[in-house]
Amino acid sequence: MALLDLANPSRFLKLADSTIPWLGGATVLVAAFAVEQAVVAPNDYQQGATVKIMYLHVPSAWLGMLCWGLMSVAALGTLVWRHPLADVTAKAAAPIGAAFTLLCLVTGSLWGRPEWGTYWVWDARLTSELVLLLLYLAIIALWRTVENPSRAARAVAVLTLVGAIDLPIIKFSVDWWNTLHQGASVFRVGGSTIYPTILMPLFFMAGAFTLLFFTLLLAAMRNEILRRRVRTLRLMQANAVR
Amino acid sequence: MMETTAHIDFIAAAYAAAVIVVGALIIWVIADYRAQTRKIAELEMQGFTRRSASDQPLRKTREAAKEEA
Repeated sequence: MALLDLANPSRFLKLADSTIPWLGGATVLVAAFAVEQAVVAPNDYQQGATVKIMYLHVPSAWLGMLCWGLMSVAALGTLVWRHPLADVTAKAAAPIGAAFTLLCLVTGSLWGRPEWGTYWVWDARLTSELVLLLLYLAIIALWRTVENPSRAARAVAVLTLVGAIDLPIIKFSVDWWNTLHQGASVFRVGGSTIYPTILMPLFFMAGAFTLLFFTLLLAAMRNEILRRRVRTLRLMQANAVR
Repeated sequence: MMETTAHIDFIAAAYAAAVIVVGALIIWVIADYRAQTRKIAELEMQGFTRRSASDQPLRKTREAAKEEA
């Protein structure tokens, strides 16, 4: 099916209806396996059992950033190509991205207390991640503030593209500044510094989180299309009353 | 064993937070879907349907007529 075919909301709804149950089922299976792998994974020689918090913290950080990247592509879709599903994607993705970013910050704090002796420090990585959460909240607020959906979509698209500047800042903050947060240890030049018995469960968990993200995104996009249909029908109802 | 239980409260709190956040997302998506489908059903009961949806039987009849011709 071509990307243009999906521009038709009815076709997209059919695709979503048939895909969501399979994607949801795959998420449950992969998540069950990943959690089992995380439970039986060995403790880290320095962190001990708190390394198991990383299995939640790292995938939620990745997905919080991936979601903003996806919203940035959708923003281009709204401003440049005017793809009908672009702003639907952007609106549906924002609360999900915000939730994953919040989870990243919460689990990071819960890891930081036993390992660093504090829940929070204003270092560049933590602060730029907090900025990402605030940007998500600003996007959600903007969607709710502007009543006209197409005007809201354009305003949100501009803010999304401006906010995308935060993504490289998050990624490279540990290289550009002296931070308490450790540097890259999974994807780095010279290979990962994490031992495979700890690294593999992290990848399984990341796979489960990614499947969960796309299941939720498809479902939220379906809801958004239905919400717009409700709006259209209500306008018809209002015109009929006049 | 001591290493495993040393910070168990922080580990449990992190996994509880994940269950709460993911659970809230799932409940939000399902509740929203039910709310929107219910609203559409109510409006359609009142006779308000989208033009593309209400045209479908007519379009099918026209296509059938063309095929017959």
